[in-house]
Amino acid sequence: MSDPLLKVENLRVEFQRSDGIVYAVNDVSFSIAPGETVGVVGESGSGKSTALMALLGLLDANGRVTGGHAWFQGADLLKLNRHQLEDIRGRDIGVVFQDPMLGLNPTMRIGDQIMEGMLEHHYASMKQAFQRTLDLLAEVGIPDPPARFRNYPFEFSGGMRQRVMIAMAIACEPQLLIADEPTTALDVTVQMQILALLDKLRRERRMSIIMITHDLGVATNFCDRIIVMYGGKIMETAPLDEFLHNPAHPYTIALFGSMLEPDDSEDWELHPIPGTAEPLLEFPQACPFAPRCSMAQPRCQTEMPQLRLFENEHWIACHRAEEVMSRAG
Amino acid sequence: MAAKTLAAPPAGLVRKTKRPRFGWWSRYRRNKLAVFGLGWVVLFFIIGVIGPWIAPHNYAYTNFLAANQPPSWQYPFGTDSVGHDMLSEILWSVQNALEIALGATFISFLVGAALGLWAGLKGGIADQIVMRLVDFMYAFPTYFLDLILVTTFGRGLAPIMFAIGITGWAGYARLIRGLTLRLREGEMVEAARALGSTQRHIMIAYLWPNVRNSMLVALAFGIPGDLTVMAGLSVVGMGLRPPLPSFGNMIAQAGTNVLGFPWLLYFPAGIFAITLLSFLFVAEGLQEALDPKGGR
Repeated sequence: MSDPLLKVENLRVEFQRSDGIVYAVNDVSFSIAPGETVGVVGESGSGKSTALMALLGLLDANGRVTGGHAWFQGADLLKLNRHQLEDIRGRDIGVVFQDPMLGLNPTMRIGDQIMEGMLEHHYASMKQAFQRTLDLLAEVGIPDPPARFRNYPFEFSGGMRQRVMIAMAIACEPQLLIADEPTTALDVTVQMQILALLDKLRRERRMSIIMITHDLGVATNFCDRIIVMYGGKIMETAPLDEFLHNPAHPYTIALFGSMLEPDDSEDWELHPIPGTAEPLLEFPQACPFAPRCSMAQPRCQTEMPQLRLFENEHWIACHRAEEVMSRAG
Repeated sequence: MAAKTLAAPPAGLVRKTKRPRFGWWSRYRRNKLAVFGLGWVVLFFIIGVIGPWIAPHNYAYTNFLAANQPPSWQYPFGTDSVGHDMLSEILWSVQNALEIALGATFISFLVGAALGLWAGLKGGIADQIVMRLVDFMYAFPTYFLDLILVTTFGRGLAPIMFAIGITGWAGYARLIRGLTLRLREGEMVEAARALGSTQRHIMIAYLWPNVRNSMLVALAFGIPGDLTVMAGLSVVGMGLRPPLPSFGNMIAQAGTNVLGFPWLLYFPAGIFAITLLSFLFVAEGLQEALDPKGGR
């Protein structure tokens, strides 16, 4: 494998709250190869967004990175100062957020907003940026770019706005695009269009994409590799094929069980995961999923399972991974 | 989704097109009262500038031979007990009223904006300090504070302007703090930061345009409020020291003999009331046109 584009090592993030410290991300390590698409899957509060926002220095004021490294282009993102990060954000790493209704400035024409990033980063001259904005609008599938350039965000539908957000994110040709639940706020039909658009852009530009989502369906349709997170830790990671055929962590299986499958309505039963994901107020010493796990043993309550490598680049953090695999097989 | 590349348009064509103004004037125009109010306010401002020149007499010119005259061609609004021409006195008053109201609103706004921005952007302790101060100002009868300040510093133009201004900032601080906080925490600013915008650029291009209209509306509501406070001070004898002409003084004095010389009350009180209403109509019109969703 070639050198990874982004290599995160032992990332830790804590939030200071009035009732104590919340351990949001605990020793997360992963890497992304150039051109690779990785899906980060997990429930709300599993730390998936937090981990990636921490890399970009976009944590809320009460959050801080307490450990780890994030190597990107020879620099440690976690050690850069504000100005160095501002240079990287939007130029080398683009971000698409969840809600396109809130992310655009209502007082600025959308064309100007797309141009803005290129001008701020001195990526293009005024004239080039203008021409490029028209190209970008066409590329993300907005008809009649010269006319749409002058529109304000309120004149766009949700899907169209998300296209604009994507155009803004890719304007400076970043090598890495972080998509934080880019389809969650959209209609199902529009979701598919946006995913198709991202897929097209990825292939044409050889851009790496990290797709944060709670929707296993979105992740498995779109990504080369899946990372499952729970309680601020990576539970399982595998290439897509392996992941689909041999899911081996009880949490992953539970996630599949809580998906709706309209095709085989006969023998399919919906199995929601009991309980909720609680914020971790103490540094986890045992498997964070154990309280909700149907296969939990006494050992799971006391000992932290480490990520272990199985065949086909399949990493699992579960004491009982072998049993799960053999049972499923 | 066909990403058809269109024939490149001549670059000048698109950028030259006029920036749409959102038709705020056409929305404002729909409110007839607001249009009337705007007309009156404009007239008021014009008189504020040229009033002293077009007044037939000096406001301090007393003519005991022509005291207590009812309205006539020579004295259209009548004269008071020492022979002041009421028309002239009203024309002169406009200037004082405007100076104090605009000055006081401006002072309130500056103090409120500075504290509100500081609280909203810094948060934490700064926010706590400012908001507790705001609570105090809301709970404390500011009219009483005005009286104390005016008795201490005198009843001239500047002290009254200062007193009204320095006690009226709480509303602005709360509004601006709320707007800043909402925007700072919002996804829009996060998205801008994610694209690598600098803090300065976020302030200029994201925060300011999104609070501009709400601030304008708040200012428009502030002016009639300060006019009322100013007149209120006169009513208890703590307004501008006579003979400096002011609506409050005229109304307060006329009240002492309404039955004998009613025109002394009708003209100044009527004009002052229409002025207050006009400022309010303008403010409401602006709110409808510029900031329909925002609060005052």
